[in-house]
Parts: sequence; structure tokens; C-alpha cells
Amino acid sequence: MKRKLSLVAALVLAVAGSAMAQTSIATLRGGTPLNTESEPPAMAKEINSDLRQVRNYPEQPPLIPHKIDGYQIDLNANKCLSCHSRAAVEISQAPMISITHFMNRDNQFLASVTPRRYFCNQCHVVQTDARPLVENGFVDIDQVLDYVKNNQGSSD
Amino acid sequence: MPNLTRRDVIKAQAVAAAAAAAGLPIPAAAQNLVTDAQLTDLKWSKAPCRFCGTGCSIMVATKAGRVVATHGDAEAEVNRGLNCVKGYFLSKIMYGQDRLTQPLLRKSNGVYDKNGDFEPVSWDEAFDIMAEKWKATLKAKGPQGIGMFGSGQWTVWEGYAASKLMKAGFRSNNIDPNARHCMASAVVGFIRTFGIDEPMGCYDDFEHADAFVLWGSNMAEMHPILWTRIADRRFSHPHVKVAVLSTFQHRSFDLADIPAVFTPHTDLVILNYIANYIIQNGAVNQDFVAKHVNFARGATDIGYGLRDNHPLQQAAANPNSGKSEPMSFDEFAEFVSEYTLEKAAEMSGVPAETLEKIAALYADPDTKVMSLWTMGVNQHTRGVWVNNMIYNIHLLTGKISQPGNSPFSLTGQPSACGTAREVGTFAHRLPADLLVAKPEHRAYAEKIWKLPAGTVPEWVGAHAVLQNRKLKDGEINCYWVQVNNNMQAAPNMMEEGLPGYRNPDNFIVVSDAYPTVTAEAADLILPTAMWVEKEGAYGNAERRTQFWYQLVNAPGESKSDMWQLVEFSKRFTTDEVWPAEILDANPDYKGKTLFEVLFANGQVDKFEMTEKAKEYGNHESEDFGFYIQKGLFEEYAEFGRGHAHDLAPFDTYHEVRGLRWPVVDGKETKWRFKEGSDPYVKPGSDFDFYGKPDGKAVIFALPYEPPAESPDADYPLWLSTGRVLEHWHSGSMTQRVPELHKAVPDALVYMHPDDAEAMGVRRGSAVKVESRRGHIISRVETRGRNKPPKGLVFVPWFDARQLINKVTLDATDPLSKQTDFKKCAVRVVPVGV
Repeated sequence: MKRKLSLVAALVLAVAGSAMAQTSIATLRGGTPLNTESEPPAMAKEINSDLRQVRNYPEQPPLIPHKIDGYQIDLNANKCLSCHSRAAVEISQAPMISITHFMNRDNQFLASVTPRRYFCNQCHVVQTDARPLVENGFVDIDQVLDYVKNNQGSSD
Repeated sequence: MPNLTRRDVIKAQAVAAAAAAAGLPIPAAAQNLVTDAQLTDLKWSKAPCRFCGTGCSIMVATKAGRVVATHGDAEAEVNRGLNCVKGYFLSKIMYGQDRLTQPLLRKSNGVYDKNGDFEPVSWDEAFDIMAEKWKATLKAKGPQGIGMFGSGQWTVWEGYAASKLMKAGFRSNNIDPNARHCMASAVVGFIRTFGIDEPMGCYDDFEHADAFVLWGSNMAEMHPILWTRIADRRFSHPHVKVAVLSTFQHRSFDLADIPAVFTPHTDLVILNYIANYIIQNGAVNQDFVAKHVNFARGATDIGYGLRDNHPLQQAAANPNSGKSEPMSFDEFAEFVSEYTLEKAAEMSGVPAETLEKIAALYADPDTKVMSLWTMGVNQHTRGVWVNNMIYNIHLLTGKISQPGNSPFSLTGQPSACGTAREVGTFAHRLPADLLVAKPEHRAYAEKIWKLPAGTVPEWVGAHAVLQNRKLKDGEINCYWVQVNNNMQAAPNMMEEGLPGYRNPDNFIVVSDAYPTVTAEAADLILPTAMWVEKEGAYGNAERRTQFWYQLVNAPGESKSDMWQLVEFSKRFTTDEVWPAEILDANPDYKGKTLFEVLFANGQVDKFEMTEKAKEYGNHESEDFGFYIQKGLFEEYAEFGRGHAHDLAPFDTYHEVRGLRWPVVDGKETKWRFKEGSDPYVKPGSDFDFYGKPDGKAVIFALPYEPPAESPDADYPLWLSTGRVLEHWHSGSMTQRVPELHKAVPDALVYMHPDDAEAMGVRRGSAVKVESRRGHIISRVETRGRNKPPKGLVFVPWFDARQLINKVTLDATDPLSKQTDFKKCAVRVVPVGV
């Protein structure tokens, strides 16, 4: 019985605020039965704060902290580079694209941005004000290191 | 370094708890730089990506039992250091806070009740009730009464263990993978044209082609890393052309030199027009065609894979017929001659000059062409035909099996090729392209498996859509779903899927890491280890087999699918599941458990624990006491070695970034069927399509036939479903990554602004999308990344809150049994919310 209660508690935490019957465990649906439709949330608004977010790890591509509505990225033009290219950042004060973006498939630096990185939005995405459906328990490396230090843990 | 121990698990849980208490993310306060190598060293290991069929290699960093970072593997040929946005967030897919950690059974008053609530139970209790239900059904109905639905996300050995347990253990061919929804038309296309499955070319073609033609594929979103290779080629070499054909405009059009939006289903017309153009313009490669090609006229009017009593099925002259008659080149030329430029332009809605430009790419002998396709072609009630017809134009011109000349069938799942197809987890297949219907193939399998003759049944089992129909009709009563979310993925949920799972006669088991829509529809849920929580192998779209180690432990009591299958086999003895005549003829097998005859058979249990890597955990082998992954793989590999499906030795794959089969004398094969690059080609033949007895591929004469359902006065719009870049399939992993969820939080109805205006709705309006079968409520998007023409709406299927498969039609290709998720008729109605 105790285990049952803890499970329920976990599910309730996962879907904060919605009344959960135990028959309904599809947490992303927020308790709406499978044969029923809920009201769709209002369209989420794109965040346009220009405030950069902490990366989860250094290898993560930074998220885009502004709207990109109508940005042209096609055969003819790449709007993102008008602020983020090497030459543009003095005026734009936007972050310059990473030096990895100048490397070809063989890790050689090219004179300009590598075309394999041309379509920025394959890796970099905007964020909306939508709230996560379920919390994520990924732990930042700094906290893992704190833990390891405090507990004399061997690292592996 | 030590094995992962229980201490590591506790440590990992403690880390998570500490972080939760501290709150996430950590504040950006001034920090002292940590430089002690003992602390900052991360353990990096390789693993293929968990998502699509591209098969990118990932480097995964672990520390204190947690995955702490991932990035694209710079040493991997597939992706050379790149990932798409989903791949970059792989670190977080295992850490959704609603991970399942214990088996859950529907119960009332302490006992199983189909209408009860989910309660935690032990693995013992879970297997007890499962075994009870399986045994009762086997006794009452025999092997036809049980079924299993697996996945192209199974690891190679999971799929192999499942197939063996079902086909040889329970003697039931009612096992099918969700790859049926995604690759079946490609498979039947390969078998019909070449007699052997999977692409002849490989990803090296991207760096050699002069032209790329996308048939209904949106690679910019669905195969982003392969798209980077096309973008690289296109921008670096200005002579290169990209043609993009689709029923609506999408992101891949951003790179299109030749864009073409065509009326749904008229790809059949365009392909026949191109064949006609090639012939009319003298562009047939006469020498190649004379030596390496046969022509055949396919049966027509073959129906729509609906229930047999459906009027459309009853109206068909040759329902489900894949028959064909030989014909001459001249007869073929005559057949396609009616597909003129004018006719093609009129039926497809594509301007004549655009069609000519595309045809000219194929016809020009100096232009190396790579054709690419996935769901637009495969999820099509004539999907096999379209596959055949793409090969037609490559075969007419001899543009095949050479660098850059490549008809290339892309895949949607990480191991649709490696597991679903190569292992043969389909209802009609055995490993290495063998078929259950052929006595010599069954005998070959029984010999490798060291099982009595007659163990593997000859009947073709129920395919994906038929399984749901049989569940609804009460013909399959015990059903096990692993590594997929079929309640969300399968068509016509309200009329077939949901009534089938909730049929009171049925017991439904779902193995998953997360509480999905499918899990909710189940009676028993088994918590499952995912991705790098187990040792695994996947095979990607270019025949590349890739391995990974278990890098972290799964939470709670979660176990891998393979562990579940093998453990369950201990619950049955041969006397309970095999007929007396087999046991009387083979008394040595009497009284043995299925575990003993299938897995402790001297082969699967051949490799000692000492052979496994010391520095990685392996929860299944630790439980079973032998290196089971190696045993399963080596037994499986025996099917293909020496038969053009050769795999390298097990240990090799842990060292390399994958190898493309056939791997002969340690060398992988890049281009099959071409002398000099494929060791199986007959010397002196130049090309050898050795899947066919005479070494010749087949060009099929196939006509245009209309779709199963088209818009009409009541339901005036086409509905196409599909994916988006940020979410993978049903979103059960990516919707739990906050950054991906916040990038694309909801499914939307992408529609033309004029259609929206005509319906009195605008961007953001709530609407009902309704077909004859069901509806969802969603919101209108008129200026998003997808720009449908008037008369068509696009709705992605990742969103668990908007189950668009309540609306879709379960019409399938009659040959491949793959659903057409791209075409049905709907109306869009404003609702007052």
C-alpha cells in the first residue's frame, strides 16, 4: 500500500494540478481519457527576451532567445548570419557562430561558414512560453561534481 | 574502472535527489574553476542515436552513474560530429520524472481486473498473470490466439529473441514490428524489383551525386544530418541541383532548385511520365537494360487493404494481388506512352516545365542522380508500386549501384533495417530475408536453432493493422507490445485500436520506459530499460550495424525488453506449448522450458561472462549468467554469413563506428550488385542483381489508380500526417525534454490562409479536425514552417494530447499492408474554445 501511495504521489507531482485517476496514467494527456478531447492550449508565444540560457552541457547548441519569424534561410540568403557571422558581430553585438561552424567533414577550417551548417534551425531552436508537461531530472555536471566532491566518490 | 554496482545506482539516485532539492538550473553565480582531473574527467563512450534511421553516432559522457553530456561523434562517417537538435538533447531523454519503475497491473480488490486501477506489482506477479493468460489462450485457441507487436527500435538481439520466442517457442507468427507502418512498402518494393531487401547504395552517394530528387520526403526535418550532407554538396558544388516533390511546401523547399507541389497520389503519374520521357528522348541505357533488366506487367485494381467486407475491397478485381506477367521493352514503352507531359501536368498540378526539368535530370547520362524517399512513398495505398516505379527510372538509365547514382530508401527508425528487416520480425519473415511460407527456409531456421523439424509454423501471421482488427474481433486475446506507442501511432484509433485493446476478452501487456497512451490502454505495464541503460545494436538505412554498451543503470526495477522476453520464456515448458507429435518424434525436448530450448541451447549461452567488457555493466548477462547479447548475435549472424548478409564478428562492432553489410573478409560493402564493390557479384557480369535467379532486376508496368478516400462535399480537405524536426515519432521521449517541448509544444493544423478564411477561422483558432472515423480538437496555423496548398491540411502526430490517428483511415497498400497516413478526407470546423 505504501508503494502504491508513493506512485500516486509521483504521478500527481508529474502532472501538477490535474486530478489523476490511477486508470489514467498517460501523463502527457493530463488526465484526459483516451476517448475524449481536451481543450487545446492557446498557441504558445515565442520568447523574445534576448536573454541567453545556461547550456545543459558545453556541447549543447545554444537556444535562440529571440523570435525568428519570417527569417529567410534558403538557397539565396541566410538571415541569421547577418548578425551572427564573424564580420557582423561588432555591429550586432550578437554571439559569433562557433568556430566548429567553419569546419568541413574532415575537420579542416574553411574560408567561410561550412555549408553543412547552413540551416541554423536544424540545431538551434526558439523557445516558447509553454510549460513543460513533465519535469526532467537531468542533473547538471556541476551538481554531479559537487556530489562527487562531497561524497569522496570515485568518478566513472 | 569498476563495473556499475548497486552503489553507483544509489549514488546516481542521490545525485538526482540533491539536484532536485537544490532546484534546476543552478544559478549562474561566480564559480571556482574545478581543475582536478580526477573530478573533471568524463567517461566518453559511443552509441548510435536513439531516434531516426540515419544512424548518427553519439559520444555519451557519464559521471557518477549519470549521463551528463552528449555530442555528435567526430569519428563517425555518418555524421562527422554533427547532431540535429533532438540528438543534441539525447542526454535528457532518460530523465523524464515520470519514468516507470515498477510493473503496474490493473486490479480490483487485490486481483487482476480489466476495469481495475493500475497498482504496482512485483515482476513475479506480472509474469504469473501473463503466463496464466498466455497458457489459457494457447489452450483455447492455439498459437493464433496470441500476438506481439514490436519495433524498429528493438535492438538487434531484442528483436531476435522476440522472433525466436514467438515463432519457435510459442509457434506463432503473429509478430509484427511497427516498421510495418514505416518501411513495409520499401521492403516489398525491394523484393519485387531486386529479390533482396535494403538499399544497394550508401551515404557516400551524397558526396558523389550531381542531382538529388526528394520524392515526398522532408529530409530537412526528418533526416536533418543527411540533409546537411546534401546542403554541403549543393552549396560546395554549384552545378548540383536539388528537386523537392511533395504534396505541400515544407522546409526542404528552402534548398530546392526545382520545387514541385503535386496533387496527392499523382506521384504514380509523374513517375510514369519520367519513364516515358526517358524512352521518348532516347535516354534508355540500352546496354544495361539488355543485360540486367526484365520487364513485367503488374496486376492492377488490387484494392486498399481494408477489411474484406469493405465496399472498396469488394469492388476490387484483383484484391491484394502482387502477380505480374513478363512483357517486352516495347510493350513497356507502349504502356507508359499514355503518360504524356500534358497528362502528367494536368493530373499532378505541377507545371509542365517543372516536370520536364525533373525528367531531364534522370535522362541526362552525365548527371548522377540520387532519389530519396521515406513515408511519402511508403505510407501510400500504392506504396510498393511507387517504390517499383522509382527503381524503373534508375534501371532504364542504368543509374544504380555506382557512387552518386542511387535510388535510396530512407528509414524512419533507428533499427528498422537492422532489426525489423534483417532479423525478420515481420509476420511473414525469418532472419536474412527468409520466409515462413517456404519449407526450406523454415527448415534452415530450425537447423540453426537446433529445434525439431516442424517447430516454426508455415502460416503468415497477422500484420500490424490486422492485429488491431483481430484484437477488436476477439481473435487475438493475449498481446504484448514492446518499444513502441501503437495506440498513438496506428490508424483509425477509435474504430480499431482502442476497442481492440479494451475488448474484455483481451489481455494487453505494454513494455515501455514511460506511461504512454499505449500503456494507458494496457492491462499490464512493464517498466523498461532504454537506450544506453542496456547493451545494444542497431542497423541504419545504409546497412550499417552499430553497437553500444550499457553506460548507466535503468531506474527502479526497469529491465530491458530482451530480459523480459528471455525471463518470460522460463515460465513455459515445451509440453505446454508444442503439439504431442513434435514432442513424440523428438523426446529429448520433452519437459524442457522454452528458456532451455531457445536460449540455454549451447549457442546463445556459449559465451562466458569473462568475455564481456569489464568496464561496463550488463544487467541481462549478470542475471542470466552468460554473455547473452553475444550469444544471440552470433547465433543470428549464422543466418546471413555466406548468404550476402554477412555480419562481422560480435567484438568488432564494439570497436568500430559500424560496418555496412555484407562484411566479407573484414571488408564492408558500399555498393551492392556492382562488380568490384560487391564480392557477391559474379565475375565478368559488371552488374549482378543476384537476389533474382537470373541476376536481372525487374521494371514493372504499373498504372495510376485512385486513392482509397478523396475529399468530397462532406469532407472537403486532404489530411496528411507526419513529423516535425523537434519531436521523434509519438514524442514519448522528446516531449519530456523541456527544450524540445518548449520549441514545439503542441500539434497544430497547418493550412492555407485562404482555406482558413473560407472556414471563418484564423491563426490560433480552435478547430475540430474530423473524418468519418473520429476527430481531434487543435488550433490553426497559417504561417508556420509547413505551407499546404489550398485543399490540404497537415497535422503532426507527436502530440499525445491531440491524437490525430483518431481521424486517419486504416487503408493500407494491399501488397505491403502498410497504412497510408498521408491521405484521407477531413473537414475542419471552428469550435468555441
